Amino acid sequence: MELHPFPYLFLIPLFPLLGAVVNGLFGARLQRRMGKNAVHALAIAMPWASFAVAATAFATLAGLSGESAVHQSLWPWFSIGQFNADMAFSMDRLSGVMTLIVTFVGSLIHVYSTGYMHDEQSYWRFFAYLNLFMFAMLVLVLGDSFLTMFVGWEGVGLCSYLLISFWYKDSKNAAAGMKAFVVNRVGDAGFLIGLALLIWALFPENLTGLSFREVQEVVTNPAVRDRLLSSEVFGVGLVSLICVLFFVGATGKSAQIPLYVWLPDAMAGPTPVSALIHAATMVTAGVYMVARLNFLFALSPAAMTVVATVGALTAIFAATIGLFQYDIKKVLAYSTVSQLGFMFMAVGVGAYWVGIFHLMTHAFFKACLFLGAGSVIMGCHHEQDMRHMGGLSKLMPVTAITYLLACFAIAGFPFFSGFFSKDEILWKVFDTGNLLLPGGGKLLWLLGALAAVCTSFYMFRSYYLTFSGAYRGHGYPHESPRSVTFVLSILGILSVVGGYVGLPILWGLPNWFEHWLEPVFEPSAPFILSAGGTHATEWTLMLASVGIALAGFLAARWLYKGAANPVPARLLSSPNPALRFVHRLVFNKYYVDEAYQAAFVRKSLDLSRVLYRFDQGVIDFIVNACGTVSRFFSAIQGWIDYRLVDGMVNGVATLMVTGGRVLKVTQTGRIQSYVYGIMGGAIALVVAAWWLY
Amino acid sequence: MEYQSTSTLLSWMVFTPLLGAVAILLAMAFRGTLRLEGKWMDDFARVVGVASMTAVVLMGIALYLGFDGKSTAVQFIHHFVWIREYNIEYFLGVDGVSITMVLLTAAVGFVGMLASVPWWGKLDDHHHPHFSKRRVPGYMVLFLLLQTGIMGTFCALDFFMFYMFWELMLLPMYFLIGIWGAPTRTEADGRVRGGPYAAIKFFLYTLAGSVLMLLAMIALYYTSGPATLVDGTPTQHTFNLLYLARMGQQGLFAGAAPILGMAFSKVVFVGLFIAFSIKVPMFPFHTWLPDAHVDAPTPISVILAGILLKTGAYGILRFNFSILPEAANWAAYGIAVFGAINIVYAAFVCMAQKDLKKLIAYSSVSHMGFCLLGFAAMTPQAMSGAVFVMVAHGIISPMLFLIAGVVYDRAHTRDINGFGGLASKLPEYAGITGLAFMASLGLPGLAGFVGEVLVFLGAFGSAIAGFKVLVMVSVVAVIITAAYYLWTIHRMFLGPLNEKWAGLWDMNWRERFTLYPLAVLTVLFGFYPMPLFDLMNPTLGWLVETVSRVGNIL
Amino acid sequence: MTVGLVHYLVVAAALFSLGLFTVLTRRNAVAILMGVELILNAANVNFAAFSRFTAQNVGGQVMALFGIVLAAAEACVALAIVLAVFRTFRSVDVNDTDKLRG
Repeated sequence: MELHPFPYLFLIPLFPLLGAVVNGLFGARLQRRMGKNAVHALAIAMPWASFAVAATAFATLAGLSGESAVHQSLWPWFSIGQFNADMAFSMDRLSGVMTLIVTFVGSLIHVYSTGYMHDEQSYWRFFAYLNLFMFAMLVLVLGDSFLTMFVGWEGVGLCSYLLISFWYKDSKNAAAGMKAFVVNRVGDAGFLIGLALLIWALFPENLTGLSFREVQEVVTNPAVRDRLLSSEVFGVGLVSLICVLFFVGATGKSAQIPLYVWLPDAMAGPTPVSALIHAATMVTAGVYMVARLNFLFALSPAAMTVVATVGALTAIFAATIGLFQYDIKKVLAYSTVSQLGFMFMAVGVGAYWVGIFHLMTHAFFKACLFLGAGSVIMGCHHEQDMRHMGGLSKLMPVTAITYLLACFAIAGFPFFSGFFSKDEILWKVFDTGNLLLPGGGKLLWLLGALAAVCTSFYMFRSYYLTFSGAYRGHGYPHESPRSVTFVLSILGILSVVGGYVGLPILWGLPNWFEHWLEPVFEPSAPFILSAGGTHATEWTLMLASVGIALAGFLAARWLYKGAANPVPARLLSSPNPALRFVHRLVFNKYYVDEAYQAAFVRKSLDLSRVLYRFDQGVIDFIVNACGTVSRFFSAIQGWIDYRLVDGMVNGVATLMVTGGRVLKVTQTGRIQSYVYGIMGGAIALVVAAWWLY
Repeated sequence: MEYQSTSTLLSWMVFTPLLGAVAILLAMAFRGTLRLEGKWMDDFARVVGVASMTAVVLMGIALYLGFDGKSTAVQFIHHFVWIREYNIEYFLGVDGVSITMVLLTAAVGFVGMLASVPWWGKLDDHHHPHFSKRRVPGYMVLFLLLQTGIMGTFCALDFFMFYMFWELMLLPMYFLIGIWGAPTRTEADGRVRGGPYAAIKFFLYTLAGSVLMLLAMIALYYTSGPATLVDGTPTQHTFNLLYLARMGQQGLFAGAAPILGMAFSKVVFVGLFIAFSIKVPMFPFHTWLPDAHVDAPTPISVILAGILLKTGAYGILRFNFSILPEAANWAAYGIAVFGAINIVYAAFVCMAQKDLKKLIAYSSVSHMGFCLLGFAAMTPQAMSGAVFVMVAHGIISPMLFLIAGVVYDRAHTRDINGFGGLASKLPEYAGITGLAFMASLGLPGLAGFVGEVLVFLGAFGSAIAGFKVLVMVSVVAVIITAAYYLWTIHRMFLGPLNEKWAGLWDMNWRERFTLYPLAVLTVLFGFYPMPLFDLMNPTLGWLVETVSRVGNIL
Repeated sequence: MTVGLVHYLVVAAALFSLGLFTVLTRRNAVAILMGVELILNAANVNFAAFSRFTAQNVGGQVMALFGIVLAAAEACVALAIVLAVFRTFRSVDVNDTDKLRG
């Protein structure tokens, strides 16, 4: 792999950082003195500037050979023995694509936000956070080493926290932000352990640093690879364990089972945030990471199976929850979780480029959907319940059309962007030879197909509930300002044409996207196996995909168009206990939140209280008891000292005093009594002398 | 005559605060003549205090610039024979590890001094005047004395001197907590707590450890072999730490006659380790810390958490690991187990706290566990990480205590649950608190992360297999730490504003002066920690190699 | 009948007893002093008598002379004290001057 120095790479993350710092420190004053325009002029200019630099870098990259990367090392960050990581950025073909997506969609959403957040008091704070997010996301994507990426990885988590709890005066929003951060941390813990395992497996193999490039070079060495594959830790294959742990990190960031719970709650944040962070960019970081580590994941069929299975389960699981939601943002949130599941299915079966392809198309149509939903929410005076919408297609035509286009894309209608990526995923899953499951990928394909039906259904359900029939809410909905519709139009167009960079080879058309990413995934290519499906199978599956999309669409149209069909209402009020049970179970998201709350949150809090009581009641009690016992013994000793030892000293004095008091009686002060005494004494002496001698 | 006196800089750094203290005492003695009465005396004491600490900081910069980071040798040596009859020397010097601590002491001491200067008049409690306005000259004298003690502890290279400075730290701390801390109060459950209680607990606890250190010192002295004093006089025994370390690394103490049937170096190791681990503090010797922190005035908490705890960890490196390497290998896993307990246990306990200062105090316990874990792992990465944790925690925990002080000065309560929605009233304060909390929970790009990740990743590679399990257990703390900090932010700053606090006001310049420099350092070391690694890596690498080479031969 | 040593001694003893009786019974300090004089003179008589009858020299008689001088000196000092006592206590009754009682 060649490194091509590119001295302006650091500008890509730097610009948004500058914007964040300036708006963060001086934004309040700026807004007060010069108005909101000054705030957003800066905040919008910065990501566009990043986009410009990124495009230049991308152009440079396009002129280089496939394995090359443009690179810039800023300063040494860690350097302890073999543990080397520079604060360095590098853009290879994969991170190039990601950078373009992030800067482009991010910039668009900045523009959109000027309209959406127009009435917000702390406008500056929003844009500061948004810029900070762009910085972190770009560090994540461009980071040259595991640790640099981790800066972005946690940085986006922080920004996500800040933005979800942006309207912090409502406790619920703040709690949602907290949840997002803590759940992500669970994943990060897995990431850290995985990294620890990896580096200590590679240090004996003369790993010189923590950059992806160096790790890849060591791992792709066949001798090292064989040693790695044959070593075990804790009774599990080393590589599998490493990959699974990294994937735990990915499940946190990318909202997969079991760590997906934060994402639906994250909808508490402003809608542009949901579009940017919780749909288009941040949540795809896990997919990006797995693709980036393809040389590792491809070595372990077990890990690939885990990734693909979790992806498929998440896809169907979230899709079913999406069926019954009424909050338009919640529908989109579960849809995001589900689509991320699709991406993991792709990277799980080794179809890395397809995962990234779906990531890109998803970024376009999901951003479009979220922003459309935001436009609707704005138009309906901050109403999010679809039961109080309806008939908006006449009142908000641009929003309706773009939303519909994006619905077609996500449902996978032919010639829309989502079709190409999703169809390719399902085909690759069907055709994989890498999974350890019975029947290869067929079971997962079935789950994916079911999820696709659900997707098509609930997306059109949301479209018809929102835009068809008569308006059921309060007030007068209105079309959003031009900053919003402009962005929607661009994303709507991209939802349609965004997939044309990766046209199916089956059709005899050039697939630029796969070709572009091929060198990046070259190290893993020899390990990715096909089950040997033929063109005929592929054609069949493609038709099946079309059928799936149509089936969902028709069902939704029949049930929800114009809110005229009484069937949904009748089903919901059905007295059949089985139906009611299923509905309640799915509507309440399978009670996963409640289960987690009881199993982890409550238990941790209980444990913390027990430990604190232990700390105070046992450990500190022992310390204090030592003090008390010492005081008790010293009290005894004090008594002995005071009463016995000092008592003797005082006793002598007391004796003297008492004796004196007795004897002083003789001291009368009268001379004559003394003389009597003298006389008596003399007589006594005489008598004694007489007596004795 | 192996070690040459090269510079008196360290002596000046150690004793400048003492000179300041003497100046204040003299001024108090002659205050009638000098017409320094009341307010003027207070201001004089403050000026002398700030000036002394500023001088120390400037000398610290000179020290940093003059230090040769590539060498593992002890530098800036200043020595002479002090008490010839007992071979006691005056011997100051710094190596790659102690210089980081000396610089930290200078910086944190300066910040603590700034935090001791009152800025404006609205500080007083209802009944209790603010600590910074009570008996100021006495406070300043003790504060400066404390600085001399701590600085001397980090610079001393003679065991006797080290012991003297170690004890010297106790006395001022006792009075500073006892007199300027919270008044005695009876808690709801009937326990009597408060500054005097905490001060006595701190004093006695540490003193109990010091007794063991004294015994260990005497045992080492009489077991040590022949050496020379700095003036070339040959002696039978020595207190010189450099000689002791060399003798230990050559196996002198490993082969020494057993004490009460137990190996000499194990006994001495345990004695020293308990003495130091009380100061660290290590579970189960940690309970003095929350009490001391809760009732100490803010700057004293800053000093306590920022640098005093580091003397314990430093002692473990300087004595247990350097002088008794074979016993260090023997005890490594045990130390690591206690380190892991510290990390996880204290993190959980944090989550149960309602008092902000107590929460921060327990978080200190948790973070100091990283030092123990890192030391015990004995890989270069973990060792550097552990020392980096000492520095990072030395920067972050002062921030946290200053933050607790800011809100306490305004609200006169630290009950986390009693706040709510403060972010809208005190945005700047909320921002800096967020930064400090994020730094403490180890967000990458801030100083806390660098040390933590190095300890985690480094300890994983220890030669002892059990470390992998310990690391995995400790990583749980990453989650818990995030949870309790965010929950604290949630309870204090987010949600609807508690109307009770509608009258609070945002930070003033005194608080900015203390917090912003630390915040800048936090970000700086988060992204660019190499200056510190450059200082300590050679020394630590040499230490790890030496200790590992000796191996567990007991 | 010759006057022998015994006679002298009897006279001296009588004199001493009278003096002692005076000292013990009288309350007036001056009277007590007079008793003391009697006792001193009884001693002087004894000195002279022993010197004459038993000793071969005049030492005893010289001592008697000393005794007379001593008595004179004593009378001077003691009377001065009595005067001082009288000034302080306005009395020369020894029962009134019991300030030294323990």
